[in-house]
Parts: sequence; C-alpha cells; structure tokens
Amino acid sequence: MTVVTRSNQPVVDVVRQVIERHGATKDELIPILNEVNQLLGYLPTEALHLVAAEIKVPLSQIFSVASFYNMLSTKPRGRHVIQFCESAPCHVVGGRKVFQALQNELGLTSGETSEDGKWTLVTTSCLGVCAVGPVLIVDNDIFGNVTPAQVPDILARYH
Amino acid sequence: MKYYRTHVLVCVDPECLKRGAHDIIDALQDELVAEGLIDEVQVLETSRIGGCSEGPEMMVYPEGVHYANLTVDDIPYLVEEHFLKGRIAQKLVMPIEKTVDEELSAPTAKEIRVVLRNCGVIDPENIEEYIAEEGYMALAKCLTEYTPEQVVNDVQASGLRGRGGAGFPTGKKWQLARNSPTTPKYLICNADEGDPGAFMNRRVLESDPHSVIEGMIIAAYAIGASRGFIYCRAEYPIAVRTLNIGIRQAREMGLLGKNILGTDFSFDLEVRMGAGAFVCGEETALMASIEGKRGEPRPRPPFPAQRGVFGKPTNINNVETYANVPQIILRGPEWYASMGTEKSKGTKTFALAGDVKHSGLIEVPLGITLREVIFDVGGGIKEDKGFKAIQTGGPMGGCLPAEYLDLPMDYEALTAAGSMMGSGGLVVMDEETCMVDIARFFMEFTQDESCGKCVPCRVGTRRILEILQRICNGEGREGDLELLDDLCAEISATSLCGLGQGAPNPVASTLKHFRAEYEAHIKEKRCPAKVCKALIRYDILEGVCTGCTVCARNCPVNAITGERRQTHYIDPEICIRCGICMQVCNFNAIEIN
Repeated sequence: MTVVTRSNQPVVDVVRQVIERHGATKDELIPILNEVNQLLGYLPTEALHLVAAEIKVPLSQIFSVASFYNMLSTKPRGRHVIQFCESAPCHVVGGRKVFQALQNELGLTSGETSEDGKWTLVTTSCLGVCAVGPVLIVDNDIFGNVTPAQVPDILARYH
Repeated sequence: MKYYRTHVLVCVDPECLKRGAHDIIDALQDELVAEGLIDEVQVLETSRIGGCSEGPEMMVYPEGVHYANLTVDDIPYLVEEHFLKGRIAQKLVMPIEKTVDEELSAPTAKEIRVVLRNCGVIDPENIEEYIAEEGYMALAKCLTEYTPEQVVNDVQASGLRGRGGAGFPTGKKWQLARNSPTTPKYLICNADEGDPGAFMNRRVLESDPHSVIEGMIIAAYAIGASRGFIYCRAEYPIAVRTLNIGIRQAREMGLLGKNILGTDFSFDLEVRMGAGAFVCGEETALMASIEGKRGEPRPRPPFPAQRGVFGKPTNINNVETYANVPQIILRGPEWYASMGTEKSKGTKTFALAGDVKHSGLIEVPLGITLREVIFDVGGGIKEDKGFKAIQTGGPMGGCLPAEYLDLPMDYEALTAAGSMMGSGGLVVMDEETCMVDIARFFMEFTQDESCGKCVPCRVGTRRILEILQRICNGEGREGDLELLDDLCAEISATSLCGLGQGAPNPVASTLKHFRAEYEAHIKEKRCPAKVCKALIRYDILEGVCTGCTVCARNCPVNAITGERRQTHYIDPEICIRCGICMQVCNFNAIEIN
C-alpha cells in the first residue's frame, strides 16, 4: 500500500536520507521528524516505524514526541496549509473577523482538511510578526495586515 | 570591506514579485554595472514597504525616497538622475504614509538602543559589518585580558538580570555553572520566544545574530563550556537561517571551534529548531526537547547549573541576555549599571502591540513608566480612543488598568502590581475590549500549550477555561467568581512549572481590576464592551433604516427580513454577530446592544 505524500519519492527513501543527514541518534529525533514532516507534508505511520527502527527508540516514544509538537502532524494535510495566528495581539486588532471570514470562505474550522484535499486550516500561536497583525500564513507565505475582504483574494492565488 | 554610499531596498513580497520586482532588480544591477556604480550603490531585497498596489517599489537611502509603479524602462532614467546626477527622480516618486510599521525607523527621545543598536543598520549575513561595529572586540578583550572569573565579576557588577522573564541575576547564574565541577559543560540560548506579542528576540536573531553568538562565546569562556546550542523556535525560519550563516562565518574566521583567536579556548555552537510547543520556552522543557523527548518540564532542584542537558552542568540564558554581554564588557559594567533602577539595571527591549499608534519594537531604560511607554514612545491609543488596560509579560502576565499608568517598569514593581516583566511583550487594549473575553482568550492559549504533565495545570486550566467560556456565553452562575478566585490561587501554588504557575495571572488580575465587568456578564447577562457574541444583539434602528435591503442581501445566514423601503429586522436567533450588516449599511442604521 503506498501512502500519498507531498513527495514523489517513496517514504522509505525520504526517511533514510533524512536520517543519514542528521545521524541516527536519539537527540536528533526532533530535527529528523521536522524534516520528514516538511518533505512528506506529514508523518505517516510507516515513517514513524522506520525512525524507531533506525535510531533504536521504541515506537511509543517516537509517537509521543510526534504527537506532542504542534508543527508535526500524524494526519495527512491538504496541499496548502493555512496557519492563522490566534494570539492576543492579532485578536485585539480584528483577528476574530478575519478568522470568521476564513472559516466562511473555506467551509472549514480549525484542524480540518477540505474534502478535495486542497486546504488544511490550522490555528497557530504567535508567529512573532505582531506589529502587522492580523496575520496568516499559507504554506511559507506570510500575509500581514489582513482584512476580511482580502481573504478571498489571498486564497485565490493558490491552486 | 565595501562602503556603499547609497542603498536601494526593493520590495520582493508576493504582490511586488508578481508585478516584476525581480526584473526591476536585474535591470537595476545591469544598469549600475554599465555605469560603473555597482560598488557604490547597493541593491537589497526587502519586504513590506507598504504601497503594495503600486508595486514594484523601492526605498532609496540615505534620502528615504519612495519610488513606485516602476517598469524596467524607468531604470536607466532613475539611475542617471538619482545615482549619477544626485537628483531625486520626481516623476517616479510616490509619497506613502507608512501603513506598515515593522519597527520605529528612528528611536524616539526616550529610547536607548543597546541590544537593538545594529538592527536595520548592518547586513546580518555579513560578519564583516558586525566586526566594523566593534564586533568581537569584547571577545578578544576577554580572551586576552580577562580570566573567566573576571568576566563573571563584570557581568555581576553590571546588574544584568535574565531577560527571558524570570529576571534571575545573570552573573550569579554564571557563577553557579562555573562552580560546578563536572564536565563537559553546556551553554544554551533560549530562542524559543513564544509569548504572543513578543518579537524582540526575533529581530535580534534576524538582524544582529553575531551579538548573540559573541555573547555566548564569552559566556562559554566564563563558565568553561565546550559546546553550545541555540534552541530557536521553528516559527522563525529566517532567524534560523541567519544564525546558521553567522555561525559558519564565525567558524571561518576562527571565532568558533578549536583554539578561538589562537588561544587554547575551544567552543562550538549549533542551532536546534523547536517544533511548535510554547512550553519549550521553559528551561527544563527546552532541555528535554534538545534531548529528543517530549517538552515536559521537571522539578528543580537540581538546577541546570548542576545537572542540565544530557545530565551535565548547563547555563541557559535568553537571546537578549547574551546580546547585552559584549557591550557590558566593552563599555564596562558601571556604564550598564548607570541605567535603570536600583535593582533593575540596564535597558530592556519591549514589543508594543495592540491598540497603540506606533506598534513595534522599542528599547528603553528600565524604570520608565507605563505612561511614557504607551503615550510618549508609542504615540498613544489608536484613533485616540480611551485606554483600558495593558498586559505586560506575555500570557502569564497580568492586565493593569489606568491607575497603574505611572508604575515604573522594573521587575519588582511589576510583580508587586500583580503582573510581571516577562519577556517584554506589551499588549495595549482600548475601551472597546472586553476584559472577560481577554481572560478567556489567554486561558485558551495556556490550556492549549499546557504539556499535561501535572494535574493542577492540565485539569485546573481547563476548568477555569470552561467557566470563562460559560460566562462569555451568557451562562454565568452565582458563585463562579469565587470559584475562579480559588482555582487561580490553587493552580498558581501547586503547578510544576512557570506555565501553570503563571497561567491564572490574566484571570486573577482582571478579576481584581475589572470585577464589575465579570459581574455584568453573570448577573445582567450583558457585555459592557459589546464584544461577547452571545450577550450582544445587532438591532436595526427604526427611523434611520431606509429599507435599502443592502444588509439583507449581504447577510451570510439570511437573518435579516424586510420589504423594500420598510424598516428591516434582524432575527437574533439566526444572527451570528459577524458584523457584515453594520459594515455595509450606508446609513449607520445598525447598532450593537
């Protein structure tokens, strides 16, 4: 059974290459998982098994780390991941209305992926660009000073 | 080293890129080469100039001129007029009102920039520019003139306190690590700036990474560490990149690695990225994360200085703490101690955010009052609305109302007032903020970020959150406030780490200073600031409404009914309080009650 990921390489190859780059030791676990998550779009179970075997740590511990950190996902994500800052400074300058507009436009709430696999919407904590709040990130693009009216335009740029 | 007489900053945000920003840069560089100016005029890529729909655009310094709506054909003319003849190319100029104030472009009179002195002034990816600004002179001084003990003494004499939030005397912390007999010793920089609203560390890491690197090498010399980590949050990819470039360049110059500057002191550094967990800003959780585990704190003692990462003596300090060290060595601890108050010496960076006119980063001597920061440095409240409260110290800090505006910003004073210095995030709130909503909001954050290890935090914060949610939904009950008081006290007293100990602070401080607002929510089912959705209704004013139907047509849930030319009506059962009707109404006929 092949798992669908962002990469066109098989999961096995991606994971092995990452581990080789970082070294197969326990304290490299988070850098390894970070990079695999980046390359594959998320952490498939197969990848977790491989990492456990290579760095010789029980799968349960690997899973406990993978499920703890916000930026690692054990579930598949959409082609485009929207992160919306839900922290106080963005909130007090109109963030709530922007989030409402995002939810209305996508028909999704936080943590959900659209049926067609295009979008995943997640809320994130402070991104550190508070002076230009409200802020949202689509993939690696940061948008600041976002207004509800801009939301459809921003989303329209991504296929 | 090259000295440029002119700097051209071309915006390469997505909007400008679409409009051909890279073509402009190419054309510009070709033209500069053709005219023999390429060594005098530096072209840089930048972001967020502000005139996005008039892109491609650029800023030219030192004049500070803004050119916009540029095409490739404009470039020869621009180069000839401005760079050769020294005349501003007026027909290409577009004045802008700065809509994007990432940080104040020039320090205001009340600021003293120590940590931020190089930010925006030097190229962070070029170690030579840092060196030209006295960079690494402090390190040289330490390695050639001072014993490690003398370095510790200098830092102690300066009165520097940890800038991450707890404010522990830095010199003392270094002394403790120095005294530990076990080796190897480690040095860690906490760059996991997770406080919402705080981005001071990000600025320093992205714009002046060497100030941190140099500070760390000096610290390593002082305590006898051989290896160091900079734990940087993953949400700061540019900072990670700049740090890695800086480390590589420092190594190339013999400032990191074996036999630094030809002495027998060796130290090396690497960057470790976080993975999105606020709690990893807590030092023991951070160390767990470096070891490849869940970011769960552990009790102290033992303190990191005795047993830290990998079980070895470790000194952990915040980015800003390290960034102060080179200046303290170069200018002397007495200079540093001459600023600030008796117990809180030196300067501190703050990030002003929220409803304030000039949001952004500032650096001021400690002891400055809240009033001066908000109104003098920050320019006052946006749209000149009334000031309601300021939250200091991040999500574990308290909200202080107007009575505290003349409070000096110093560690002890802020703690005594029920808040804390924290990392330096300041969120200013105007009169249209609901304090109960704010308390709920911060609790949502801390609840989400709680690691789950100890019961008071894991369960306690959830219970507080549930009560606050009920209150904001109009389901507040008699006895809720007393219960909240109790819970806050218990959780603060019994949680394992700073996250749990501090999590109730926003709630406790708003209960103390804004109790009346809570009571209105519970007893009258009313939100005085008109924010909590369940407690407000949107009403159409009879007599003002013209029946134009615009609101009804725009309502996303079809909550509005009415005939043409007749007063319309919003059904409160269906209305989701999104506010669109109020935005589109041309007659101001809709109000919130």
